Amino acid sequence: MLGTQRKERIDGLAESGGDTTAGVSLAASAWRRLRRSPTFLVGAGIICAFVLLALVSPLLAQHDPALRLLEEQVSRADNEIPAPQPGFPLGGDQYGRPLLSRVLLGSQQTLLVALLATVIGLGGGLTLGILAGAFGGWVDTLVMRVVDVMLSVPSLLLAVSIGALFQQQSQFTVIIAVATVQIPIFGRLLRGTMLAQRASDHVLAARALGVRQRSIVFRHMLPNALGPVIVQATLMLAVAIIDAAALSFLGLGAADTSTPEWGQMLGSAQNFFDTHPHLAFWPAGCIIVVALGFTLVGESMRDALDPKKRR
Amino acid sequence: MALLEVRDLSVRFVRKSEPTVSAVDGVSFDVHPGSTVGLVGESGCGKSVTSLAIMGLLPGRGTEVTGSVNLEGSELLRLSRREFDRRRGKDLGMVFQDPLTSLNPVVPIGLQISEVIERHRGLSRRDASREAAKLLERVGIPDPDRRLKEYSHQLSGGMRQRALIAMALACEPRLLIADEPTTALDVTIQAQILTLLKELVAETGTALIMITHDLGVVAGMCDEVNVLYAGRIVERAQRHELFSQPRHPYTAGLMASVPRLDSPRGQRLAPIEGSVADNIPWEGGCAFSPRCGNALAVCRERAPELETVEQGRLLRCHNPIGAAEMERAHD
Repeated sequence: MLGTQRKERIDGLAESGGDTTAGVSLAASAWRRLRRSPTFLVGAGIICAFVLLALVSPLLAQHDPALRLLEEQVSRADNEIPAPQPGFPLGGDQYGRPLLSRVLLGSQQTLLVALLATVIGLGGGLTLGILAGAFGGWVDTLVMRVVDVMLSVPSLLLAVSIGALFQQQSQFTVIIAVATVQIPIFGRLLRGTMLAQRASDHVLAARALGVRQRSIVFRHMLPNALGPVIVQATLMLAVAIIDAAALSFLGLGAADTSTPEWGQMLGSAQNFFDTHPHLAFWPAGCIIVVALGFTLVGESMRDALDPKKRR
Repeated sequence: MALLEVRDLSVRFVRKSEPTVSAVDGVSFDVHPGSTVGLVGESGCGKSVTSLAIMGLLPGRGTEVTGSVNLEGSELLRLSRREFDRRRGKDLGMVFQDPLTSLNPVVPIGLQISEVIERHRGLSRRDASREAAKLLERVGIPDPDRRLKEYSHQLSGGMRQRALIAMALACEPRLLIADEPTTALDVTIQAQILTLLKELVAETGTALIMITHDLGVVAGMCDEVNVLYAGRIVERAQRHELFSQPRHPYTAGLMASVPRLDSPRGQRLAPIEGSVADNIPWEGGCAFSPRCGNALAVCRERAPELETVEQGRLLRCHNPIGAAEMERAHD
């Protein structure tokens, strides 16, 4: 059921993006509307703030996030965790490590994991979509059946299964697991827009001129089919952040917790939810806000590129 | 010898769940070097499918193409896809109906032209680009060096069609097929594009197949005209003979439904009743008989054959216009 719904959503997106007759002027008018869209501006603001944070966090963090500087204040028996104090505005975590520094530096890992996973997922999806959309026939059927099988498994379950395949858990397994979930989504979407291009007049005209197959696919079909995929990639960054956090939360993230990552911080905070909710609040809040930022940008781009909404 | 010989060309669309549709049914005609042949008929008569079949651009699956298309002694229908790709754009070119959608919106037109030149004439990118500028100038686009870098949406409708003609003629093909090249354009631009096509054809000696529903275009361009109805040629004649004396009731109906400057004021146009969509197939009678004013009983029983009725004129009709007068003249 879930799989069918997702397929329909992806296909609907492919359809709405198939109409790129206006070409560059479409992109130009989309950008004009984006600049005036409050949704886009808020989302872009959030993303910029977090990217900036990730870049300068080594300068902002005053302590090494791996060091248990407040270890003597931790008491397992009394369920005590270091409170905020001078030099440690958020206090420490359950091991006595500085919480603020960990939250700040966690932005690097989280954004990097999401970006790499989406890039790999996009690469895999593009390959499948190009194969299916450019060749058609049995290649298309084969690729799409594989994609359908992957889509029919709920995404988190698939990610967990793939994460569990690896002997040793690390950030790398998280990236691969999240990317694998994204491959069929990008693949199906691109295949749809490629098919729309294959039936278009300008591809027929190019074929009538004897243009090479390679050039037809990569110069005449692919650039015109990419629009909805770019929008989807922005939205998928948000999904990747949440999926990666979920995997870390479930214990499939890096076994070594010295490098902070929000999802994994959230996971290890779950034993202290009732007594020390602030341990979960900061990483969870950051995940929600940055995911919201990518979603806002993605949604506003989708609206801006939708030919039906053009005026 | 003719440049292009089309013999008994048939195109059938085969669908699993639906009955087979015969889009083109035994069409034969010749195109001689430097001449212009028209294929005329209303929507759905098979003229575009004929041109796509000659170009080898019909989808492979679900399409049956039979007969023979012979260009300068080589059989096009037997070419492999790869071989056909090498001939298209080089030996035979095509200009399409809608210049806006026929250009790639994200590639500058200069690159779209030079790509064809690189492909078929083996020039370097720089030489091809120089050639492209010459071509644009030749099809009447001012300031070609600037236009080469522009995208299709930056050009006007007429300029887009000129650019497409430049692409089709980039490698000086022996045969050019123009499928409704002026339908999407303003009337004034239509005239310019037709004049341009005529000039280029005369200059290069390229043979032209002109596909149109517009009899005005036919009158201005074509040497020989084939009138198609429901996938078959119903009348063929030289342009002058066809217009001065249409013999097939369908040809006459097409002409009567076009407004003329010299017809009396207030005279109503005479449309042909019905449309191709609700015709019957050619089995068991003439496909035009339900719409035909001249239909006899025999027309609904037996499909007429295409016969030579006089020098240079072929006709597929049991009861052509002027038959009674002809017989009287014979007596």
